[in-house]
Amino acid sequence: MLTFVCRRLLSTIPVMLFIALFVFSLLYLAPGDPAALIAGDQASQTEIDAIRVTLGLDQPFYIRFVGWLGHALRGDLGVSIFSQLPVTTLIGQRLEPTLSLMLLTVIISVCIAVPMGVLAAANQGRWIDRIVMAVAVFGFSVPVFVVGYLLSWVFAIRLDLLPVQGYTPLAEGFAPFLANLILPAIALSCVYIALIARITRTSMIDVLSQDYIRTARAKGLGQGPVLFIHALKNASVPIVTVIGIGIALLIGGAVVTETVFAIPGVGRLVVDAILRRDYPVIQGVVLLFSVAYVLINLAIDLLYTVLDPRVRY
Amino acid sequence: MPILNVSELRTHFRGERGPVRAVENVSFTLESGETIAIVGESGSGKSVTSLSIMRLLAGGRARSSGRIEFLGRDILSLGEAEMRKIRGNEIGMIFQEPMTSLNPVLTIGRQIAETLILHQHLSRAQARARAIEMLRLVDIPAAEQRIDEYPHQLSGGMRQRVMIAMALACEPKLLIADEPTTALDVTIQAQVLELMADLQKRTGTAIILITHDLGVVADVADRVIVMYAGRTVEEATTKDLFLHPLHPYTRGLLATIAKLGSSLDDNAASRLTEIPGQVPSLHESIPGCAFASRCPLVTDLCRHTAPSFEAVEPDHKVACHHVERRLQA
Ligand SMILES: Nc1ncnc2c1ncn2[C@@H]1O[C@H](COP(=O)(O)OP(=O)(O)O)[C@@H](O)[C@H]1O
Ligand code: SF4
Ligand SMILES: [Mg+2]
Repeated sequence: MLTFVCRRLLSTIPVMLFIALFVFSLLYLAPGDPAALIAGDQASQTEIDAIRVTLGLDQPFYIRFVGWLGHALRGDLGVSIFSQLPVTTLIGQRLEPTLSLMLLTVIISVCIAVPMGVLAAANQGRWIDRIVMAVAVFGFSVPVFVVGYLLSWVFAIRLDLLPVQGYTPLAEGFAPFLANLILPAIALSCVYIALIARITRTSMIDVLSQDYIRTARAKGLGQGPVLFIHALKNASVPIVTVIGIGIALLIGGAVVTETVFAIPGVGRLVVDAILRRDYPVIQGVVLLFSVAYVLINLAIDLLYTVLDPRVRY
Repeated sequence: MPILNVSELRTHFRGERGPVRAVENVSFTLESGETIAIVGESGSGKSVTSLSIMRLLAGGRARSSGRIEFLGRDILSLGEAEMRKIRGNEIGMIFQEPMTSLNPVLTIGRQIAETLILHQHLSRAQARARAIEMLRLVDIPAAEQRIDEYPHQLSGGMRQRVMIAMALACEPKLLIADEPTTALDVTIQAQVLELMADLQKRTGTAIILITHDLGVVADVADRVIVMYAGRTVEEATTKDLFLHPLHPYTRGLLATIAKLGSSLDDNAASRLTEIPGQVPSLHESIPGCAFASRCPLVTDLCRHTAPSFEAVEPDHKVACHHVERRLQA
């Protein structure tokens, strides 16, 4: 098991390197002289040169990349051009809201989508199934900001039940924390629920036609244990895979959601950084999201061996 | 009193091209502790009959009518909750495919214990102990270790033993075995059948053995029911059926077997082989005898009027208009 984990970790190194290279090149993919762009229209040549030196633009590409990578590996992602604060500090300040939002979204999504998909599969072709499928199509096609504005208009503005915007840290109490986060999490959940519910339904329909389900029924088990113990565990590998892949969707969605609900998270940080062309911050955030994505999917690979005893290390 | 009494069972599936008449007229009784075999070509409705008894034809596409009486209870009119108390508890079932009939992601111990916890309300520890006992009973070596293994770690024969252990864990009054040995090699087949016979002696469970292997029938069954196109066409004691088959279909079957041999060792040849002619489509309702299109004795009467399934001798029933001609011959 441990060797398996190590091997899988090592196998992510090329992916990580590629990500790092891509993230580093971000600065150079933008048209024009990055230093001039950053400095702005009114900057003098001295100012531009100063920025160029700060960014290390006066050195060849590969040296700059290796240097940057070396620092990144030691947890140094550089300094923000705008605020002069270390990028890691900036990200660290913004991590709690984003992590909370994503975690709550995953919990809400899985708790709603999996039972939805199971129910649809168990009632394949009947009205419950049709409703679930319709909800899934709807959830998939409506953009997150539309759902976000709609939810906040109904629940925050018209009904005045929840705060319209903002974020309360968990340290200031769970109830206000949740009150601020629940609408954004629901808005962000829509796409994810649609995705998970659909794969759950497909996977469950396949499993429910298997012989061992008939065996389970022949034992006298009721619908609940048949669906949620005998069938769902067999159907779980594709579901978990999609949950992992869908994290990418969530990351993109979190950026939008944080903007709609004015949550001071990493998403907002990167949006602001993009507007100000604060490249070190952009690089840091993209690197963080990419590495998180790779690691989450690695964790899911490991989960397969727990879910299905036939999967070998 | 018979433990199971099936009369005029009919099970149809709703299909796009009208109903599929999988079981059209099946009647038989089963005494406690008895073994009956149901034989018939593939597609003759044997599995659908057994699944109708268990009421396991889910999905709302199947509809059964007639009467199935199990220990005095009318199975077809029981509520689903009462039916669940019967399944796995009073009636156990074994299926053909031991490879696919066990859940691949649950340990065999858990799969056996589950029934005991559900029906006998045992604690987890008690159920586990009893599951080990059951595994020993079905001759699985090193039961204490095996119990924590998953189905893919066992051979086909072992998996079928596990199925038997599971089906018999609650000591059911009736065991339905739908082609339990068809998927196994010949030597394993014999072992599994021997095991079933042995367990039956100890527990007094009645067995319905569905098979298309007449060699198996001759070895283990007290009585035989022959099915054709969803109908019971002949029922007799095993000896009577082999020595004095009355229905032209049964005779045809036995003739092919006689030609090809039916010893257990000669597995392939002892399977029921096709009698010339076409089995009628299950989509049409047949006004006369279902076997008319293939029968050498067919007359106009056969084509227009369905023969009734009646006792022509004590313990020997047959559905044929021209049995008299046979008996005289
Ligand atoms: N779920 C189903 N839906 C529609 N038709 C079915 C279904 N199950 C079985 N049948 C039909 O019923 C007939 C009898 O099948 P079965 O009882 O499995 O035969 P066998 O005697 O080989 O066990 C077959 O022709 C089959 O096509
Ligand atoms: S009823 Fe007629 S067609 Fe049917 S089996 Fe008897 S003789 Fe043949
Ligand atoms: Mg069958």
